[in-house]
Amino acid sequence: MKDLSSNNKSIVDGPSRVDGKHKVTGKARYAAEHPIDGMLYGVLVDSTIAKGTIASIDSKAAEWAPGVKAVISHLNSPKIPGYDDKFYGLKVFFNNKVLFYGQPVALVVADSFERALHAATLVKVTYNKDKSETSVDKNLANAKLPGNPRMKDYVRGEADAYKKAEVSLEEEYLMPLEVHNPMELHAIIAHWLADDKVKVYDKTQGIKDTQESISKTFKLPQENVQVIAEYVGGGFGSALRTWPHEIAALLGAKKTGRPVKLVLNRMQMFTMVGYRPYTRMKMGLGATKDGKLTGITHEATAQTSRYEEFTEATVNMSKFMYKCANANTRYRLVQMDVSVPTWMRGPGEATGSFALECAMDELAYKLDLDPLEFRMKNYAEVDPENGKPFSSKHLDEAYKLGAEKIGWYDRNRKPASMKEDGMLVGYGMSSGTFGAFRWEATASARINADGTLVVQSAVSDCGPGTATSMVQIASESFGIDASKTSFILGDSALPPGPTQGGSGTTSALGSAVFDTCLALKKQLHEIAAAEQDSPLYQSKFEDVKFEDGDILLSRSKKVAITDLLKKKNVPSIAVTLESKGNEELQKYSMYSFSVHFAKVHVHPLTGVVRVVQVATVADSGKIISEKTAAGQMIGGVTGGIGMALTEEGVFDDRFGKFINNNLADYHVPVHADVPHIDTIFINKPDPIINPMGAKGMGEIALIGFAAAIANAVYHATGKRIRELPITPDKVMGAEV
Amino acid sequence: MINFQYVRASTVKEAIGTLAKAGDGQFIAGGTNLVDLMKRGVTAPQKLIDINNLPLKDVKSDKTSITIGALALNSDVSENELIIKQQPLLSMALKSGASPQLRNMATVGGNMMQRTRCPYFYDTAMPCNKRKPGSGCGAIGGYNRMHAIFGTSNQCIAVHPSDMCVALTALEATVTVSGPKGSRKIPFGDFHKLPGQNPEKDNILQKGELIESVSIPENDFAKNSYYLKLRDRASYAFALVSVAAALSLDGQTIKACRLAMGGVAHKPWRLSEAEKFLAGKKASAENFEQAAKLSMAGAKSFGYNDFKLKMAPAAIVEALSKASGLS
Repeated sequence: MKDLSSNNKSIVDGPSRVDGKHKVTGKARYAAEHPIDGMLYGVLVDSTIAKGTIASIDSKAAEWAPGVKAVISHLNSPKIPGYDDKFYGLKVFFNNKVLFYGQPVALVVADSFERALHAATLVKVTYNKDKSETSVDKNLANAKLPGNPRMKDYVRGEADAYKKAEVSLEEEYLMPLEVHNPMELHAIIAHWLADDKVKVYDKTQGIKDTQESISKTFKLPQENVQVIAEYVGGGFGSALRTWPHEIAALLGAKKTGRPVKLVLNRMQMFTMVGYRPYTRMKMGLGATKDGKLTGITHEATAQTSRYEEFTEATVNMSKFMYKCANANTRYRLVQMDVSVPTWMRGPGEATGSFALECAMDELAYKLDLDPLEFRMKNYAEVDPENGKPFSSKHLDEAYKLGAEKIGWYDRNRKPASMKEDGMLVGYGMSSGTFGAFRWEATASARINADGTLVVQSAVSDCGPGTATSMVQIASESFGIDASKTSFILGDSALPPGPTQGGSGTTSALGSAVFDTCLALKKQLHEIAAAEQDSPLYQSKFEDVKFEDGDILLSRSKKVAITDLLKKKNVPSIAVTLESKGNEELQKYSMYSFSVHFAKVHVHPLTGVVRVVQVATVADSGKIISEKTAAGQMIGGVTGGIGMALTEEGVFDDRFGKFINNNLADYHVPVHADVPHIDTIFINKPDPIINPMGAKGMGEIALIGFAAAIANAVYHATGKRIRELPITPDKVMGAEV
Repeated sequence: MINFQYVRASTVKEAIGTLAKAGDGQFIAGGTNLVDLMKRGVTAPQKLIDINNLPLKDVKSDKTSITIGALALNSDVSENELIIKQQPLLSMALKSGASPQLRNMATVGGNMMQRTRCPYFYDTAMPCNKRKPGSGCGAIGGYNRMHAIFGTSNQCIAVHPSDMCVALTALEATVTVSGPKGSRKIPFGDFHKLPGQNPEKDNILQKGELIESVSIPENDFAKNSYYLKLRDRASYAFALVSVAAALSLDGQTIKACRLAMGGVAHKPWRLSEAEKFLAGKKASAENFEQAAKLSMAGAKSFGYNDFKLKMAPAAIVEALSKASGLS
């Protein structure tokens, strides 16, 4: 038999996920999976109008149904002290106003999920219905400058300079509404331990944020709110804040005096936990005949709710991505009778990059330049927005590596010129960027007498593999094998960690873990250096190394950490400290960059697009964990394929409701849609951002990707599809 | 979901008898659609009669036909050697439907009985004449991307979602059903009906009748069959438009031809005019285009599904080209 062992390697080398085994064997416990004695089950009743008032709620039949413990609505809800005039957002069960279709109007609590579900169908709600508006396109005239002062118009040099350029382009692009749809449904178990003390098991990307939000809403001391989120089954931004259903579960538990579990159903995942807002964009680009950009204009109009404003950095990439003296942006919002949008993977930057990176491709063709060459001609060596140097930028190298991998220069650049097995062949590329941050974070590190190292922080891991990277940072720092190192997360009682979003966890938390381990090593060395009979007596920290559980000066002069602790007769030594960036960081522009290359097949008759190859390159500083980083890139590209080809949340504006609010009708990509994806890392440490040199990774995997597909479809067919998703009917219907 | 009774039947007779007595009952086999409908409150039978133990799982052949038991699983039929060899069109259609997990549960009879996936049908807060006669049609004037362009009525523009049924229509299968009044045979093309003024009825099955089997008569299409399914993603999506094409060729001459479409009507849509036109003609791009054009007579779109007027003929040409080996 042929020996296949040499081919049996994983795609990427390196340590596997520390929690992988728990996840695939079912040992991992997600929010809804914690067994609690005496637990009740909550099911929400949602509004069936988009705008108006509740006329009546008849809950008698529900209350009389077997096993029902409470039916809560605005008529009988316990008062929430934090729902004062300063509270911003939807106040659940607060009054009779209906602000969007699917708004929770009542909560049924029963002794089993099935009984609660049935009783929820017995709650009869009548409404006084008002006319609702959910179409952005029909309400563009009502677009307004957001209240958020950071969203004001931006002008560098001359506004709309593209209009005077030798070669120019003005086009409109559409990003439809998209819904996060992580596999794990949002869920919470709320358990009041005393009148002023609560413990929640919650799906959240921000443990400390959730703790703070609950403590503010119920006016509780922060330490009286404990938030547990040991495992999170995907978030994509939907779990970055506290939502009304979480407050509803807390109310249910308060009212019944018993722990209450509440799990949203898939339809509620479309209305209760945010989405990427529908955004119409206009790009104006101008250049000289030889391809130097002379004007960039990016305008965006997005939807938001009437009760809360949501803004995101949709137009920001156009300010700094390319060297250009003149740039201006305008960002507007249309208030609709919808639930509030929120950040969704790559957030606004992913939306905006679709317009910018498609427009760059279009102008390149107008200029008869290779789109890659056009980008290099306008490469920004320093940040055009503020003149600051980049802390690190290897985008040029990323362009090169990606182009080589996909065979960019072997293609015929002419549109609709290549065929393969009866299919039109297209190659497309794009770039992406996202801010690299260094937030503050606190971690603790403890070395035990048995030689094991335990690092802790109050973060959650929605999938990127945070525990795995932190174990790698800690074990590398100490020279201790990863199997002896563990990272404990998912509990607000731990030292405060960052919210997992905005590609910031590895930089913030990794720095805290790095600094904490360093401080602990110094403390251990100090003990060793103070012992007169120690081989390290009076040695300097700079001269010692940590290896295999030893502190060593040279091969013969070393101390085992386990011996040191035994001699001191202590079970462990621990250090907790906060780590944050210094003012030096202000001197730099800090960004991660990505480059996406895609090859597509387009059926000449039916317009069906298949992505057949992807090469995606990340310049995100030093890669801490290659395997989990590659996983994030593959996940981002998969999300990008969805954005490019399949995903779109649709409203029936007559009713103001989602019409495809399930996973059969809202199409996320399936395996058959996803080809082989090559992930390439520049892997050069950023010398500025943090001690590891690691920049963020999650967002850039998606940002720009949809444009690479749209550009590839153009190359294959000669057709520009500027409205996502690129479904077969659009390709068939478009003019060449 | 309200409480209901659940019983198992072990013979066809027992199943039919139990249903006749039940008043408001329904058979359940794989349950891949019925359970969803019950969860969403679209249907609420008082009694479910589980027919999975009935001896209706076999695929048998005699000299003139292949007979498939109503309880044969979609996955088993699609992998059946006899089907792959003699009726590859059916295997292709089955494999393009749903997902492997669903095909492992879904039965042939259940596939025929599945309800439309129209979103207004599934949402009890929305108008739908099929779910609640007289309440109106949400899809007319609403989001109707997936909806019909042939045989619609002012009551309903829903489509039948099956791929398997499109192939069985093209293959001129026969359905055998049994009921309180005995058994009868129904040509497959007559099994499903158009919405007309009573869209609540999907097919001509009488109350209390049970599908026992489907027979496909022998044919010589095996070499030149193709099932084309156009959809919004590569797998696990309902057809925007699908075409079952089966040809009997003598060199480049079409001796006989069968064509049916999915995703365009309340039932699998047989393209008889195109079949007649192609019989005796050469398998050529021009003839296929002409056949596609003929097939579109009477088509009517509703806004979001306007694209089907262009996609349907393109799909017909492509399916015929693939079946004939032209592309």
